[in-house]
Amino acid sequence: MTSSITVARVKQKRIAELISHGKRLDERGLNDFREVQLEVGVIERAEGSARVRLGKTEVMVGIKIEIGEPFSDVPNQGVLTVNAELVPLASPKFEPGPPNENAIELARVVDRGIRESKAISTEKLCIIPGKKVFIVFVDLWVLNHDGNLIDASAMAALAALLNTKIFNYEIKDDEIKIKPGYTQLPIVDHPIAVTFAKIDDNFVVDPWLVEEQVMDARFTITIDKDGKICALQKGGYGYFSMEKILEAAKIAQQKAEELRKIVVKG
Amino acid sequence: MTTYFEKRQLVTPGDLLAEGKYRAGENTYKDDDKIYATRIGIANLEDTTIYVVALKAFYVPSVGDMVIGKIVEVGISIWIVDINAPYLAVLRASDVLDRPFNPRRDALPAIFDVNDLIIAKLVAYDRTHDPVLTVREPDLGKITRGQIVEVTPTKIPRIIGRKGSMISMIKKETKCQITIGQNGVILISGKTPEDERLAVMAIRKIEQESHTSGLTDRVTEMIRKEKEV
Repeated sequence: MTSSITVARVKQKRIAELISHGKRLDERGLNDFREVQLEVGVIERAEGSARVRLGKTEVMVGIKIEIGEPFSDVPNQGVLTVNAELVPLASPKFEPGPPNENAIELARVVDRGIRESKAISTEKLCIIPGKKVFIVFVDLWVLNHDGNLIDASAMAALAALLNTKIFNYEIKDDEIKIKPGYTQLPIVDHPIAVTFAKIDDNFVVDPWLVEEQVMDARFTITIDKDGKICALQKGGYGYFSMEKILEAAKIAQQKAEELRKIVVKG
Repeated sequence: MTTYFEKRQLVTPGDLLAEGKYRAGENTYKDDDKIYATRIGIANLEDTTIYVVALKAFYVPSVGDMVIGKIVEVGISIWIVDINAPYLAVLRASDVLDRPFNPRRDALPAIFDVNDLIIAKLVAYDRTHDPVLTVREPDLGKITRGQIVEVTPTKIPRIIGRKGSMISMIKKETKCQITIGQNGVILISGKTPEDERLAVMAIRKIEQESHTSGLTDRVTEMIRKEKEV
């Protein structure tokens, strides 16, 4: 019954039952991520790119660097924009057209992780203060939706940023001239998102599609490289108790460390 | 009269399968006296008919099939059921009740509600009408417990096996009750979750290796090995 979105009640019951016994339908532990596969430099013409497969979920990220004007309140800082596309190819639920609220939420949560951890040293992206800076476009393309797009996208975005190179330039008479050669985009932090789904008062890490369809609520914690929380996002209609959130934060720290080893090689 | 494939060979759409006085069976077409494949699958020859068993396909409804469907809508006098086919099926209220249906007295959601799973039988279907279901036979009706496994409908004959050999072996080895819907939905209910897990594993193995021979023995072996652990 792949054509309809809701999950049969029998299956909902079974998932909740298994989780209360510490098991899951796909035989993972409650705090286990699916297998992560990572490729970088997959798009030749982009400044940076990466493709992440999280189980069957697949996200591709391309990064473009352009020269533009800074915001007037931060004249000496580069600009970061994140955009997400949920292409109809990825899921029967996705429709063509302008980004819907889910796409916007996805982009904003990924953006928040990168921005609030100060992963990109934006001061170094300034060319002429107040006039010209580099703009970093992070474009997320969801290629297959099997749950937990946030974590997969955050990982892919980070891997792509680490893979990004900026063209060299020089300033002559207030004009920017592009020189041959490239320098690495200055990345100083490595934010990793860890998402929890709440199903019947229990938390599971990295929910897959069916679990997302039956969950009461979702909670994303983004951890920077010092183990500090740099972004949070809550979704769905359910609620969380204080203890559960503290418990989740501890698990997130541990999981983020494991994932960071995969994403940040060397 | 020549065939251009070996027994159980994987073919792709457009592959020339045979030339001569053959009949074009499932998933093939005939151009003059040449037969070509229209789907990715395993080519077969039976008597003079050439057909392709598709690796993956939608369920095509057929009268008399037992299917497992999900209620997606409750109407005034009917339920709409998703049976994994290109068309939604209909279950009539008068079919479920023993008496004539009276919309003032009988509330349909109290019988089957949205997201309930039902085992039903297809009683009518043709190209002009949506499939019609019935639950007025023994063992049909609402599913209240058990585990659901979904496979591509073309694999169902392989899971059943020749004269039911495969499925009866799985039932015997895992001590689970297994109901197979022809639409690729399988219901497993066992005494323990461990038994059910074994049955699911067996079905997944068959799904993955359905094109190989000697599968029953290997599945038996796998279940026995898993049971010892």
